[in-house]
Amino acid sequence: MRARPLILTLAHRLAVLAYILFALFPLFWLLKVSLTPNDLLYSEGVRMWPSRVSFDHFRFVIAHSDFPLFFRNSLIVAGSTALVVTAVASLSGYALSRFAFRAKYWIVALMLLTQMFPLVMLVAPIFRLLSPLGLTNSLTGLVIVYSAFNVPFATFLMQSFFDGIPKDLEEAAKIDGATQFMAFRQIILPLTLPGIAATVGFVFTAAWSELLFALMLISGNDAATFPVGLLSFVSKFSVDFGQMMAAGVLALIPACIFFFLIQRYLVQGLTAGAVKG
Amino acid sequence: MATTVIAEQSPHRRPLMQRFARGSEPYLYSAPALILIVTVMLVPLVVGISYAFRDVQILNPFSGGFIGLDHFRALAEDRAFLGALRNTVWWTGASVLLQFVFGLILALLLDKPFTGRGIAQALVFLPWAVPTFLTGLNWAWLFNPVIGPLPHWLHALGILSEPNNILSDPALAMWGPIIANVWWGIPFFAITLLAALQAIPRDLYEAASIDGAGPVQRFLSITLPFLAPTIAITILLRTVWISNFADLIVVMTKGGPADRTQIVASYIFTQAFTRLDFGYASAIAMVLLVLLLVYSMLIVVLRQTLLNKD
Repeated sequence: MRARPLILTLAHRLAVLAYILFALFPLFWLLKVSLTPNDLLYSEGVRMWPSRVSFDHFRFVIAHSDFPLFFRNSLIVAGSTALVVTAVASLSGYALSRFAFRAKYWIVALMLLTQMFPLVMLVAPIFRLLSPLGLTNSLTGLVIVYSAFNVPFATFLMQSFFDGIPKDLEEAAKIDGATQFMAFRQIILPLTLPGIAATVGFVFTAAWSELLFALMLISGNDAATFPVGLLSFVSKFSVDFGQMMAAGVLALIPACIFFFLIQRYLVQGLTAGAVKG
Repeated sequence: MATTVIAEQSPHRRPLMQRFARGSEPYLYSAPALILIVTVMLVPLVVGISYAFRDVQILNPFSGGFIGLDHFRALAEDRAFLGALRNTVWWTGASVLLQFVFGLILALLLDKPFTGRGIAQALVFLPWAVPTFLTGLNWAWLFNPVIGPLPHWLHALGILSEPNNILSDPALAMWGPIIANVWWGIPFFAITLLAALQAIPRDLYEAASIDGAGPVQRFLSITLPFLAPTIAITILLRTVWISNFADLIVVMTKGGPADRTQIVASYIFTQAFTRLDFGYASAIAMVLLVLLLVYSMLIVVLRQTLLNKD
């Protein structure tokens, strides 16, 4: 009688372990190669861990390559996008959560539509529209484009956070003579801080990962974001595996930090966006 | 909602200006979002649609004229495009199916409490946070026989006759981006399905086991029916999203070898980015848009007929 549940438990733990190994293995390999010194890279082939570990690749990438610049550019773009989107989306999310107005249905429909159509079809027209404005090859241009792409999803996310806060609080404030906006700013926003932090995290992650528009809009090193820089590095020095992977590990760091920050809100974030990656 | 906001005072007794201010308030809150969406997404969308009927090539200063349906005539004979249509179906179908199956199994595994569940959950969901360009590069390196273990393992298992890079083998190349996509996308399905699983009332299971239902029977008659709406909506939305998702292919294979991994979305990007032929790229994009619209309409109709049957 006892044997069956034991076997089931064992099978369950083994299955979970298999998933964990599958999820972590590629990242482990990235780290492993980035720590393998060049002379061992080919001779030791597919060994699980090199016989000698070195930080040379990291040292080179940080001191002698453009990656610190790319990292800084990406940080500026993703950070500004996250702040702009969160500010804009808390306003629009509040409107959707607290008001019933005639155009609400159309605003929601418009935002859902923007989540459904292929963004890649905007690559060419956006390039054409931004270049006379001097916004190609500029971090500002990227921030504007990324902000627009992320606003609909962030609006639904913020709306779901506002929906969780009772309306009585604003009612009470308004009886005391506050306007709706004062009530929003002084009472509702502070209560939504965890939600705001989660939105910042989601948008930062999305902007940090964006590749296609950055490739199209940015040429040259000065305004290159991390993905653009890494891809051009890969096509130029495709034999420097250790350095490429050291750069890859660097790109992973902010993403991981934000992932652990927003982990509690994953469900809310994914269902609010519904279609967001 | 509005009634609670306005009800404190009858609107008729208010001065006109105040009523106007009240009425315009939600529009003021939504204005920044709407301005961004309209200028950066809607306007380029319309401009892009107009490009589909014009000759727009960045490298050719004499281009720009109206050419009617020429692009679409060229498309009908473009073998790379027809191949990309086929590849899109294959890429989307295989990715969604595998992500769903493995995501569902993972959600079921994480549904019951066990020691270390929090940590296990954080670790298995981690791939979702990995930027897609890095996911693509990472898997391309794993498939590279010089630096990655996969070709050697596949060779040892007898799946590959030589430890070669499957990304340069026309017959197998598509599996590279698909596997990377599955790795990256399992957490999405698992997270959504896990949330739906945990919303199922626990006493239903207890009642069913008292009535003598086995685990398989409980799964089929309680879990599946409760999950069905979430499964349906997630799969439908994910299908659209993945068919538009070109990052992994652009990074891993650039559509090659011999266009065998080119999907419509990556083909649009290649036309715009490498050939700078914005007119042709927009024409392909129009076709993709129409196909996705038809797909969405089919879903709406299907949903209606299913609802009417009940």
